[in-house]
Amino acid sequence: MIRLSDIHKYYRSGEQSLHVLKGIDLHIQEGELVSIMGSSGSGKSTLLNILGVLDSYDQGSYALAGHSVTNLRETQAAHLRNKFLGFVFQSFNLLPFKNAAENVALPLYYQGVGRKERNYRAEQYLEMVGLSDRKHFMPNQLSGGQKQRVAIARALVCKPKVILADEPTGALDSRTTQEIMSLFKEVHRLGNTIIIVTHEPDVANQTHRQIYLKDGRVTTADQVHLQHEAVAI
Amino acid sequence: MFIDTEKWQEIFRTLGQHKLRTALTAFGVFWGIFMLTVLLGAGKGLENGVTNGFPRVSNFINIWSQGTTQVPYQGMPIGREILFDPGDAAAIVKNVNSVSLVKGQNSIGIWGGTPPYTVYKSKNGAFAVQGGFANIEGIQALRIIKGRSINAFDEQQRRKVVLIGQRVVEQLFSKDEDALGKDITINGISFTVIGVFESLQRGNEQQQEERIYLPNDTLRYAFNQIGWVDNLIVVPKPGVHARVAEEEAKKYLAEIHKVSPDDKGVLDSFNLQDEYDKVQGLFLGITVFSWVVAIGTIFAGAVGVGNIMLIVVKERTREIGLRKALGATPASIIAMIMQESLLITAVAGYAGLVVGALTIEAVAKMLEASGGNSGFFSNPEVDFQTALMALAVLIAAGVLASLLPAAKAAAVNPIVALQDE
Ligand SMILES: Nc1ncnc2c1ncn2[C@@H]1O[C@H](COP(=O)(O)OP(=O)(O)OP(=O)(O)O)[C@@H](O)[C@H]1O
Ligand SMILES: [Mg+2]
Repeated sequence: MIRLSDIHKYYRSGEQSLHVLKGIDLHIQEGELVSIMGSSGSGKSTLLNILGVLDSYDQGSYALAGHSVTNLRETQAAHLRNKFLGFVFQSFNLLPFKNAAENVALPLYYQGVGRKERNYRAEQYLEMVGLSDRKHFMPNQLSGGQKQRVAIARALVCKPKVILADEPTGALDSRTTQEIMSLFKEVHRLGNTIIIVTHEPDVANQTHRQIYLKDGRVTTADQVHLQHEAVAI
Repeated sequence: MFIDTEKWQEIFRTLGQHKLRTALTAFGVFWGIFMLTVLLGAGKGLENGVTNGFPRVSNFINIWSQGTTQVPYQGMPIGREILFDPGDAAAIVKNVNSVSLVKGQNSIGIWGGTPPYTVYKSKNGAFAVQGGFANIEGIQALRIIKGRSINAFDEQQRRKVVLIGQRVVEQLFSKDEDALGKDITINGISFTVIGVFESLQRGNEQQQEERIYLPNDTLRYAFNQIGWVDNLIVVPKPGVHARVAEEEAKKYLAEIHKVSPDDKGVLDSFNLQDEYDKVQGLFLGITVFSWVVAIGTIFAGAVGVGNIMLIVVKERTREIGLRKALGATPASIIAMIMQESLLITAVAGYAGLVVGALTIEAVAKMLEASGGNSGFFSNPEVDFQTALMALAVLIAAGVLASLLPAAKAAAVNPIVALQDE
């Protein structure tokens, strides 16, 4: 589903250039539930943005669901995001002036789906995340967990190939985190490919594969586990 | 795009959510268009006011001889007095291409002599008498209010008929007496009144309405001016500028009267078209000025719209970033912003147009009610064409106003926009 090979990413600011990703090779198959971990500043978000076709990379190659993602025009990138990708953010990013159902329906608008169909599908997905009774609530009338459920419904509504979540539980308490993780696992059981960036081992442990970023490179899970254990002892 | 009701509902909702902002923006544009309409309407009023002061047909030239030759020419001595021959008129028409009609004019008491006594029954007065011709109304700026004007038969047959001003009527006839068909006596010679006129020469009405017109040849033969014509009225061919015809006719006259081309002081002339053009130029100036001022105002309004839209885009950066992450193309973002500001400019501008037109109309009504149009201002109006122009300017302003903010919006980087602080 996702194949990265030798991805390099630099951030340039004036004369200086920051080498953030130093050759990432990554292969994620359809239906996988994967987490990306790593210390702050290790490049997790950068990597996720590249996967999400929100950012470009300087070297290497990226194939998403068989489509090569290189030098895309903005419009092409937008179509790719709309068709293949669903995003879940730490701070939910719901539009404050739209109610839950309208927020969920928004990506369908950019697919040119008619209003009736949009509302119908939005309600379906709200029901799936257990919020069918809140569909007319505005975001400020919802709790953090509920907002994130709406966001997940929105990420799912276009039936994307991959769901990308950047610290989706970062703003939630541990009980709500657990609820959201349960929801992710349920979504995964339905056959979705999910990539979650997280700081929390609890979250990472509930995924089937953990990818560790260190110093702009992927280190094997085992090595890091060993390091953790060594520290523990 | 314009029948996509959902899109419009969305736009209306966003605008509705920011009522104050929308209202302030709209007011800038409203004011600009309002000013434009009022200025153009007022300019038109000024134009109408001044135009009314000019004769309706201004496209003629008057040529006269004003003295003796100063330069010897073709063996002729200096000090010769130049008089136009009665045959000159026909000769000019025949030989000068740019001219369509020439009429001689003689007078008693205008370009020489004193106004003769005119008598009707027991009343009399001294009125200037001037030679006329068919279709005199346009050139002398008068209107027949009773009877008829001089016609070609009157001219050909040297009929003893006169066209008299209404002040002449007042002085010679009692109130309940009809002047038409009556015989009046000028210097002892009897003439029949065929028509009464009022003057359209602004500022010269009284003088003209105390005048008597009769066919020029009638005048010449009746009052012993058979040998010469005092001056000439020359009408250029359609499409020929009066100045061209003026020069050519004068050149021809100088030739046949053996006046040296260098002897500039002999033949004098004026044409109203020059004056008319000057005034037209003034109106053009007024119009251009109005447009410049008004377009300035509109642009200021548009800049206001642009400014506010920039703030809007900045405020909505996160929303725009999110929309892009969810699959909004740059084009759809641009369309969103453009449609918003176009809607504001269109609605506000249209309101400005309507209110401006109503204001102009109200002023026109008030002018009419207060005893008509004062000297230099009458019938302010906004014509359809002006309204269309204003609308075009408005739409251009709307597009301009939204260009920069829309580009800014399209360039929003979703990563930056969605970054958590
Ligand atoms: N737009 C940018 N311009 C310059 N440098 C950037 C930019 N975005 C990120 N960086 C740098 O790239 C490195 C990786 O950033 P990134 O956001 O990917 O880290 P992260 O692993 O997501 O960290 P965190 O866990 O704190 O979210 C950091 O050193 C950061 O300072
Ligand atoms: Mg991050």
